[in-house]
Amino acid sequence: MKIIVPVKTNPDLQMVRIKNRQPVLEAVPYKLGDLDKNAVEAALQLQAAAGDTQVIALTLAEGNRKIKDTMKEALAMGADEAYIVTDDALVGADQAGKALAIAKAIEMIGGADVIIFGEGSTDNYSGQVGPRVAELLGAPEIGYAKKLTPGGAGIQAERSMGDAIEVLEAPFPVVITVTSEINEPRIPSLMNIMKAGKKPSTDWSLADLGLDAAAVAPKNNVLSNLAEEQERKNIMLEGDVNAQVAALIDALTREGVLEA
Amino acid sequence: MADILVYSDSIGTAKELAYKGREFAAGLGMGISAAALGANADADAAQLGAFGADRVFVSKDAALEGLQTDVVADALAQIAKEADAAYVMIGSTRRGKELAGRLAQKLGAGAVTDVNSVSAENGELVAARFAFGGATVARETVGTDVKVFAVMPKAFEIEDVAAGTGTVVTPALSLTPSPVKLVETKAKEGAAVNLDAADRLVCIGRGLNAKEDLPMVETFCAALRAELGCTKSLCDWEWLAENRLVGLSGTKTKPSLYVSLGISGQVQHTVGISSSKIIVAVNKDDKALIFNHADYGIVGDIYAVLPALTEAVKGK
Repeated sequence: MKIIVPVKTNPDLQMVRIKNRQPVLEAVPYKLGDLDKNAVEAALQLQAAAGDTQVIALTLAEGNRKIKDTMKEALAMGADEAYIVTDDALVGADQAGKALAIAKAIEMIGGADVIIFGEGSTDNYSGQVGPRVAELLGAPEIGYAKKLTPGGAGIQAERSMGDAIEVLEAPFPVVITVTSEINEPRIPSLMNIMKAGKKPSTDWSLADLGLDAAAVAPKNNVLSNLAEEQERKNIMLEGDVNAQVAALIDALTREGVLEA
Repeated sequence: MADILVYSDSIGTAKELAYKGREFAAGLGMGISAAALGANADADAAQLGAFGADRVFVSKDAALEGLQTDVVADALAQIAKEADAAYVMIGSTRRGKELAGRLAQKLGAGAVTDVNSVSAENGELVAARFAFGGATVARETVGTDVKVFAVMPKAFEIEDVAAGTGTVVTPALSLTPSPVKLVETKAKEGAAVNLDAADRLVCIGRGLNAKEDLPMVETFCAALRAELGCTKSLCDWEWLAENRLVGLSGTKTKPSLYVSLGISGQVQHTVGISSSKIIVAVNKDDKALIFNHADYGIVGDIYAVLPALTEAVKGK
């Protein structure tokens, strides 16, 4: 089996500060997304279960200048090989452009039996890229998998939808997106971190994929991206517990959210 | 005349989209259509007509069984063409969010998912959604001929419905069954939880010292007639099931009263509560971020506050 895991590296959200309602991204380090680690782990577990399986991590550098270091984490976890697409044109690309670049790269790598995404990226969480890539590759997809098992001519996935759990089966090739429930991503050992540097890593530009800046130009127009204005009352209730509780009941009754 | 086309696998959300879509369509000089797909299509179509759609495209094609994303996207792309849709508004449920990306790709369209508000400005619709894990709100327009918005359930409120009927249209769709097969549907363990419909919601966080103390919180919820939700830590520790998770990776809620107990107030949680009418926070740390998001705050240990609060809310 051949598995490709397209991963996204994004600014460490714990380090993003808000200044004058603007997110400050300067000097914020990039890291592998949380759900992307779940996707890598899911691929490695399928590899262990099925045997004779190659796991490839693929990424678009977007704005990450230290992309090689970040991708080493996927290799240290156990991915066999990495492909990195770096191009300034990708910095402004939206989901449509990124999906196109990922789909082209997957074709250049020679396709895959299973393509595993996180259900969304840590920073933007649009959940669009996986389904867009599936459409571009003409492949079926199973979103929100919380369990994956190799089976029959393809793969079996379990997912939680509304108030029921669905068990689905799909032939290869198939695009899967996974939720954080699926596994606990492994933390690479020092030995594996050392070995990661020696694993094969290929660098491409958009031109290598037969694409140009126009092909990945954004379809959406972001008018603004600001922290919300606080519109809460921020009233602190003083006194001992009984006084605080009495004041709260009084306030909530006046607000009309408790019955008198 | 171009149309706004609405669809959701959840009929409740589809009605919200039809109702509000009608208002937007009137402002933009467009028509409003809806799609009803799958086994319940006839019953859904009647409701969508009543809630605002002028035309309802109905298909019970056998290939739609199980509403697999590839087939639904194919059906909606064909309907969008027949309806001459300029906007396709989908409910951003799990299925809907997955559908939005695939449909947009099929239509060569830009898309915005998890939209929590839409406004008409200068002759086009502007979608707002959280970005940077909930720290900011991005306001976006889409520049392609067809624009796909996946709108969160309950983002639109239904007010007075002027009962309409809606013309049923039966499009000639060309659909192929999905290679994805539904093998089995299993009931979830435990009682069904519907946090996004809760009018009163209590959430518990790391201020709870032990799983054994949960009954104290549950007693409070019963007294307040509130649903119980939690932060990610409690799900990670398996103290509460994942269907109780409120926030970025769980449910986005819209209660009239939200009470936070022992929650620090990271954006990963507050993104799920920001639409609450009134927010109350109890936390022993007076510098906890949650107080910035609260209308009313009590600095205190939940173990000291809850017994008194439980007594005080009974029958209210």
